[in-house]
Amino acid sequence: MTETAPNRAIVLQGLTKCFVAGGTLALDDVSLAVQAGEVFGIAGRSGAGKSTLIRTVNLLERPDSGRVTVLGQDMLALEEDALRTARRGIGMVFQHFNLHTRRTVAENVAFPLEIAGIAAAERRARVAEILPLVGLEAKRDAYPAQLSGGQKQRVGIARALASRPKILLCDEATSALDPETTREILALIRDLRDRLDLTVLLITHEMSVVKAICDRVAVMEAGRIIEEGRVFEVFTRPRHATTRSFVAEVIGHGVPDSTLARLPQPEAGEVRRLVQVVFTGPHATRAVVSQASRDFGLDVNIVSGRVDEIAGEPFGVMALAAYGAPGQVERAFDWMRSLGLTVTELHA
Amino acid sequence: MSWLTPTLQDLMIQALWETIIMVGASAGIAVALGLPLALLLHVTSPGGLSPNAWINRPIGLAVNAARSTPFIILMVAIVPFTRLVAGTSIGTTAAVVPLALAATAFLARLFENALREVDRGVIEAARAMGATRMQIVWKVLVPEALPGLIAATTVALVSLVGFSAMAGAVGGGGLGDLGIRFGYQRFMPEVMATVVIILILFVQGLQSLGDWLVRRMSHR
Repeated sequence: MTETAPNRAIVLQGLTKCFVAGGTLALDDVSLAVQAGEVFGIAGRSGAGKSTLIRTVNLLERPDSGRVTVLGQDMLALEEDALRTARRGIGMVFQHFNLHTRRTVAENVAFPLEIAGIAAAERRARVAEILPLVGLEAKRDAYPAQLSGGQKQRVGIARALASRPKILLCDEATSALDPETTREILALIRDLRDRLDLTVLLITHEMSVVKAICDRVAVMEAGRIIEEGRVFEVFTRPRHATTRSFVAEVIGHGVPDSTLARLPQPEAGEVRRLVQVVFTGPHATRAVVSQASRDFGLDVNIVSGRVDEIAGEPFGVMALAAYGAPGQVERAFDWMRSLGLTVTELHA
Repeated sequence: MSWLTPTLQDLMIQALWETIIMVGASAGIAVALGLPLALLLHVTSPGGLSPNAWINRPIGLAVNAARSTPFIILMVAIVPFTRLVAGTSIGTTAAVVPLALAATAFLARLFENALREVDRGVIEAARAMGATRMQIVWKVLVPEALPGLIAATTVALVSLVGFSAMAGAVGGGGLGDLGIRFGYQRFMPEVMATVVIILILFVQGLQSLGDWLVRRMSHR
């Protein structure tokens, strides 16, 4: 991407939606901008409003107030006819695939072309072109009931892309699939994004999906976006408690209390501090612990640790029990922070 | 089989033919009228494609009224209407009118249920792809519901065979009528038994045909 401001594919501004008059808001003043070409994830527990939010992009759900701009087009200003045309430029993939049970794979993929009034010969050509992209040439005449979950979702993806949209909406696209198939489908979506210049907006309740595929993420709770940022940032420095618990599901930051209780108590004249250190950036691979131990005269007990990668960037998480002279332990932590590491206190 | 005189044979063949006419014609009319009614009911229902209580309620009420009237009463009650439509109020043709009316109401409900069974997700997907309401109805709703619609038609056909036996009340003829007149009123149990066996085979045939079609049509 160049120095100029990146092109914004989807802009949602101040969206509000209430399903029951006087009830809680499904969307509570939500604003979001998705850059062209990125994979943007919206994570949240069920009932957080993410499903409603993704449906406002193609107006399957009309917000009570706010603005929806897709590829520069004010969606809420469109007449019914123009809205249908606009929807053809926005592909959508669903959790339960939503395939026509009585149409074959090829007929399912051709469906959006059929309703767009494209001639049969051209439909056939397009289907023949798109099935190899999702690896389903061999299944073109099979019915959905004869396919596995992963194959069904591949049909769903091929169908969503049949009319050459620039935007792909994924509504819990992998939530009905097993972990192995989930990985395959996510890799496919990412690959198609690169090859077809797609902008992908996905919603999920699994942070592992965000970690595997997204460039940026927004976390939703009770109809609001509580945190938003680059996936690496949100994973390594979650600010909101809900985000932290979400992230912990994938990264496993926690150390069991029983383990902490079993750590040796500090000797006389010594203090003990329990901290979690997140290693990111240029110092992620540096021998920080042994240097701190040497320079500040600490005894460091590594309680847990792991190295992981998010969006291609390596990072490490460690739980440390540090023993040393009162001032020295603090100074060591400050030095670590000055290197760009995140040091947070754990309570024993 | 000395009781099965050539005359009686002819009567049976004629009765079977009358039953087929009554059931076939009224079922044909009922499908033609019941499907649009069911689609209107489904589409205008709350949460449907175009919710509209002003259309939904009156149709629902009319369908229920026709369904809750006992057939024998319905048949007599609409005699003026039958005369208007069929030009006569007695005979096989006349019997088709009340049969079709009852079957239309019956099928409208059965069809509506079959339409309701269609996965809402498929409809939502079609909406997301920019399908018009008409396209959703004719390219998604009806094709997806087809096995259910055929199963419903089978049920209606079988019920119609039963209803058609009552058509004797308006001189409609048919197997049921033959059974009553000869088997019961003339004390010929052989005729009654034969009629019942033919009816059982007839219904069995309809049901098997319906089941076979449903199996062929559905790809679940």
